[in-house]
Amino acid sequence: MMFQMQQIGPIQLDINGAKISAVVRPADTLLYALREVLGLTAAKPGCENGDCGSCTVLVDGLPVKSCLMLAVEAVGHKITTLEGLQDAPIQKAFVEHRAFQCGYCTPGFIMTCQGLIEKHPDADEDTMFTWLESNICRCTSYEEITGAVRSVLNITPE
Amino acid sequence: MDYISVGESVPRKDAWEKASGAARYNSDRIQPGLLHGALVTSTCAHGLIKSIDLGAALTMPGVINIITGADFPVLSGPVLEDHPPLASGKVRYYGEPVAVVIAATEAQAVAAVGAVNIEYEALPIVTSPLDSFKPGAPLIHERVDLYKRMVSDVYPEKDTNIADHIKIRKGDLPKGWAASHTIIEAEYDLPQADHIAMETRNVQAEILPGDEVVIHSSSQTPFSIRKEISSCFGIDLGKITVHVPLVGGGFGGKAAVQLELIAYMASLSVGGRPVKIANTREQDISTSPSQLGLHARIKLGADQSGRFTALEAIFMVDSGAYCDIGSRMAKSMAMNCTGPYRIDNVWCDSYCIYTNHIYATSFRGFGHLEFTFALERSLDKLAAQMQLDPLELRRRNALKAGDSSPTQVALTTSNLGNLEACLDKLKSLINWDQGRYISIDANTVRSKGISCLWKTSNSPTDAFSGAMVIINPDGSINLIVGAVEIGPGMLTTLAQILAEKMKMDINRIHVHMPVDTRVSPHHWKTVGSMTTYMVGKAVLEAAQDAINQLLSLAAMVLKVSPSDLDVARERVYLKDNPDYYMDIADIGHAYKYPDGNSVGGQVIGRGSFVMRHLTPLDPNTGRGRPGPAWTVGAQAVEVEYNRRDHSYKILKAVTVLDAGKVINPKHARGVITGGVSMGLGVATREEIIYDEQGQIGTSSLRTYKVLHCGQQPEYVVDYVETPLLDSPYGARPIGEHGIIGMPAALANSLSLAAGIELDQLPLTPELIWKRLEEEKR
Repeated sequence: MMFQMQQIGPIQLDINGAKISAVVRPADTLLYALREVLGLTAAKPGCENGDCGSCTVLVDGLPVKSCLMLAVEAVGHKITTLEGLQDAPIQKAFVEHRAFQCGYCTPGFIMTCQGLIEKHPDADEDTMFTWLESNICRCTSYEEITGAVRSVLNITPE
Repeated sequence: MDYISVGESVPRKDAWEKASGAARYNSDRIQPGLLHGALVTSTCAHGLIKSIDLGAALTMPGVINIITGADFPVLSGPVLEDHPPLASGKVRYYGEPVAVVIAATEAQAVAAVGAVNIEYEALPIVTSPLDSFKPGAPLIHERVDLYKRMVSDVYPEKDTNIADHIKIRKGDLPKGWAASHTIIEAEYDLPQADHIAMETRNVQAEILPGDEVVIHSSSQTPFSIRKEISSCFGIDLGKITVHVPLVGGGFGGKAAVQLELIAYMASLSVGGRPVKIANTREQDISTSPSQLGLHARIKLGADQSGRFTALEAIFMVDSGAYCDIGSRMAKSMAMNCTGPYRIDNVWCDSYCIYTNHIYATSFRGFGHLEFTFALERSLDKLAAQMQLDPLELRRRNALKAGDSSPTQVALTTSNLGNLEACLDKLKSLINWDQGRYISIDANTVRSKGISCLWKTSNSPTDAFSGAMVIINPDGSINLIVGAVEIGPGMLTTLAQILAEKMKMDINRIHVHMPVDTRVSPHHWKTVGSMTTYMVGKAVLEAAQDAINQLLSLAAMVLKVSPSDLDVARERVYLKDNPDYYMDIADIGHAYKYPDGNSVGGQVIGRGSFVMRHLTPLDPNTGRGRPGPAWTVGAQAVEVEYNRRDHSYKILKAVTVLDAGKVINPKHARGVITGGVSMGLGVATREEIIYDEQGQIGTSSLRTYKVLHCGQQPEYVVDYVETPLLDSPYGARPIGEHGIIGMPAALANSLSLAAGIELDQLPLTPELIWKRLEEEKR
């Protein structure tokens, strides 16, 4: 869907299954709109340069770093943030495997994992590692995160 | 049957908050009327500020005010007051804050930053501690001797770049060399690295009518923020309130007080309106403090039987432009400079040195990773020269009860732990006897390297902590402490300690997570792996206080003596007849007799703890007691190294710690492997790189590389449990320790694999190639 935005104004977003109107600037990122305009603070700024993944959300089911997408680009797409998941298997797995400590990277990591699980329910170990490279966790050793993802995908560790 | 909590992997108290996205960090806070401050930072690593032109920037849309160092001629610093929060007169590092633009929105503030024009007159720069140490080096601080000293034991040297000098003189060094059969000497260089907490530092400051200062920060040290704002700006301590919610990683980096001072000044300049300053990732790396760098020189001797005879160690800490806590890390290195080995004759000179690098602050391990690298590499060289097995050399020299530390503290089984037992476990877990160098094929070898570690904390001698337990009307308990939840789950650990003491279900203990300095009992700082020990002791005392209150009230009601009673499962019961009891719910909030009369009141247990018998170090010999006890451990890595292109894969990383008592096995493993993972990052790739002008070239996560998922080895963690007798349930500190020996173990392993001495970090394939090329020439 083509949409031209030249000045500050309302856009219609589809977030976590709800149609929401938000007033943004053309230059506002999706991350900014989620956090500062809509108060959905699960997605976190970590580098605002696409390097760390802590702002990851799902756009039509695929993980996207919301710091690299303009809010206006999200018009016409289905956005899912961590607030949109309710007791998803990957959330339970993160809790059970202690896949976080400070928890700051967790919303982004869970959304990347959720995207992987939805897109590739039969993913193997290599596919899993390829997907998870996109995010950084500084507290855990990644062992816990891969353990959580393996448990949902039923991958037996090599 | 009593509830068991200590030793169980109970889930984190904040688990579902964090897994659902509901967890709130500092910058998730929405505040009405919030203004935004954006830092204008120096583009010059060392220079005089000739002029600052704010004219154009002040007319930009949304700009409310711009402040510079000239507006606030104050100095700050926890050890030496050498640090203007905004540069004044001169700049000393690239990235140093020079001005703050305050605007209605973040975008407006950032836009105006580009319109501030600052003219510098460049001065010669100093880019290594070794250069800075040389006579005639350009002075970074002209009168270091005149700075106010915030502690009694800091020794800046006039007309030098030396902010502090710590000396250890133990035994008789010439006698030690005379008794030596083999002596090795080597030098080591470690660059600065960065903490890279995923949440960048950010703060909101506001001054309410009545001059109440309110700070909201992502910090490990809310009580230090209060103290520094009070001392820097002459405000009554009690008028300052600091709030810290969950923190998105600290690793020591959020122990420094920096943005809080700047945000306070920004708020003051706009009539006290709330102002937020949040670092970009680039600022978090190049403006807020980093890990120290180190140049080290080690001379180590051993007699014919491989027993160490003497150690001479020189540590030159690259503390960057300001002292901050660098001098305490230089002290920390000196006081533990022998590693966990018996060396009777020791000289150590540890210097905290200014350079034109970003200033350093505490970093996981507090200097131990750095000096351990130098020492443990030296041990392997000595072993090679003497043709001794490196593990056996370490075992033979392991400290034992009855020995003494470099600062002459008498060591006991309790305050030291058992290194030999750690080494024995390590030996089997890494299959040491299978061989530490195995050729796989023409190009591939597998090799193993080890390192031991030890660490004690280095706090003020009067560091203290408090705790409060409040009984709820339903018999459950609220636990309130001043420790910040920065990630490792310390507040859950404290709840476990409380549950064990009260013999009750941990799910009925409610931990107040955010810290509010007006409400929370004091805790020195959430650093040094000391929360379980310090706050744990305060929690036990608070619990005992609450128990005493419950027993005396119950005794009155039940017409028995308090000594007849005990507490468990939220009941106060007769010891010889547990069926005769009262529910805590019925007495925790006063007891109401059937006729309506009531006695007692809300039970509030209070506990506190202060460090015991600590002393500053003697300025001439270093004699003194810096910390309560040590944690010892041994680590190993196994790598597969490609001889052709010098790439390598880390197959396995093993850690054995004497943990005293493991309170929560899953959390302990998590915090140890997390440390190992960070240690492997520092060992393999992390480095702040400066160009010739002292500008940082690695200020984004695209250029500053950390370990990513899939690059981790197999982790093995095991424990020895020698109780620390005065600690809650015998637990020893373990929070930082996983990181300490990893770079040394990896360097030892790769030096063996590549057949070349690797004495610097990070250990990139390029470094190995360069070292091999140098050797060919």
